[in-house]
Amino acid sequence: MARNVAIVGIGQTNYTTLRNDVTYPELVFEAVTKALSDASMSIDEIEAVVFSLAPTSLVGVDAMERWCIDAVGAKGKPFMRVNTGGATGGSAAQAGYFHIASAFFDTVLVVGAEKQGDTPDTQLILNQIWDPRFERAVALNAINMSSFQAVRHMHKYGTTEQQMAMVSVRDHKNALNNPHAHIRQAVSLEDVLASRVVCWPLKLLDCCPRSSGACAVIMASEGRTRKLMQRPAWIKGIGATTNTYYMGDKMETEMFNDHGDWDELALAAEHAYRMAGISNPAKQIDVAEIYGPFSCLEIAAVEALGFCPKGQGGKFEEQGFFNMTGELPVNPSGGALCSNPIAVTGLVRVAEAALQVTGRAEGRQVNGAKTAVATAIGGSLQFHTAMVISANL
Amino acid sequence: MMKEKRELVSVPGKWDISFNYAAGKTVSHFLAQIRDNGRILGMKCAKCHRVMVPPRSFCERCFVPAEDWVELGDEGVVEAFTIVHDVFEGSPPPPYAIAYVKLDGADTALANFVDGLDLSDISEATQRLKIGARVKVEFASRREGRITDFKYRIIG
Repeated sequence: MARNVAIVGIGQTNYTTLRNDVTYPELVFEAVTKALSDASMSIDEIEAVVFSLAPTSLVGVDAMERWCIDAVGAKGKPFMRVNTGGATGGSAAQAGYFHIASAFFDTVLVVGAEKQGDTPDTQLILNQIWDPRFERAVALNAINMSSFQAVRHMHKYGTTEQQMAMVSVRDHKNALNNPHAHIRQAVSLEDVLASRVVCWPLKLLDCCPRSSGACAVIMASEGRTRKLMQRPAWIKGIGATTNTYYMGDKMETEMFNDHGDWDELALAAEHAYRMAGISNPAKQIDVAEIYGPFSCLEIAAVEALGFCPKGQGGKFEEQGFFNMTGELPVNPSGGALCSNPIAVTGLVRVAEAALQVTGRAEGRQVNGAKTAVATAIGGSLQFHTAMVISANL
Repeated sequence: MMKEKRELVSVPGKWDISFNYAAGKTVSHFLAQIRDNGRILGMKCAKCHRVMVPPRSFCERCFVPAEDWVELGDEGVVEAFTIVHDVFEGSPPPPYAIAYVKLDGADTALANFVDGLDLSDISEATQRLKIGARVKVEFASRREGRITDFKYRIIG
């Protein structure tokens, strides 16, 4: 039987392109000290560290986690790095959960940082994740990989560029309320549609920025949590699924074999929902923090999370269902479209979900939110994680 | 005390590392057939009969070795595509189109560049380059045993 686990401390830096004022470990240290202060804990009270770090080529130093041992206070403690590409932060949070649910530890620090501003070549780096004999040679990157998802969703369900643009408009509007967000500028539907084509159907304002920044989350067992605070955020359910490496194998229409759909996330969410006792997510989830660095991905995600029927994500977006004033607000933080520090973007979703259910999300707070879901995706859309976080145990 | 504005220093760096990515027996045969005979081969799983390209020495669905080569058609159908209009370092100068195509006889789709389309007007280009469109494989006259030895061309 798994022990109960709570999130008891959160630290985020602001997200921005350049952080030339700090080295990578110094950036990590900023988030750790903020999280410790938030939890009213000292570094000595942390028993183990999970380091959230996606491909190190983005920061240009291999095995960068080594540099950060001191910045996370790991000397003399167990330390592990987690990497599932874009899903890294979601997987790291789950690894943190396992540390405590398993009863091996009472406190764990989950932390990481991204410093993409040190290179102008993010997409060249992401091209390196593919097989050099096949996909790498035909100029694949994270953007056109998402375009393939978008065109299949458009073809299958009639999803439109306008509906995708509405996702971007919503996220940009929400980000105005988030002091940590990288892009804090409202955009109109016309702005998105008129922005330059990057990889059709994705245009510049359908795409995330290259962000630098750090995020830290401290988790604790129920016993330790009760001594620390009155209003923790409880991790109620987790799920993770992986699909095949080959995108070309997912050009079929059946379950798990359509690159246009996110049946993998649906399966991860189903597991998390079952653990959390959620049978009707559209009613029982109050707010969602979805990892969608491209507008089209959020449409596939809301469907996979059971917020609307499959194929209806675009239509529900049009109706304002996911707006701050809608039935189920999505990404009050502005989401990955407005801040994408890749190594921790999934962890930021967990942190933002925890802030929401504890009523600490300030200007971006969804009124009365008690239960949230946080997701992450990585690789060529094949790693998926979901975590349900609630004010109530 | 007066706060002094201090300079921020950056140290330049570049990763320049050589690899010779071994293609292995299976992919080597696939690439040599493209180079020498202008043929695209798929690998058929003896258990589920799925024809896989890129070829691989095992079927991950049945979790058994695979070793039955089959020749694929030189035409196929577009399953996904994009038209790239932005500059990416290390990638060709834009615009260019990439498509996943399920070649006749294959159960999986293979990514490659699409040639012979005017990509300057996207709404016109997407009248022809769309999911379901038929394409023909066009081999380069000088081939090196690379996936880029051929491109797709929309038929009709």
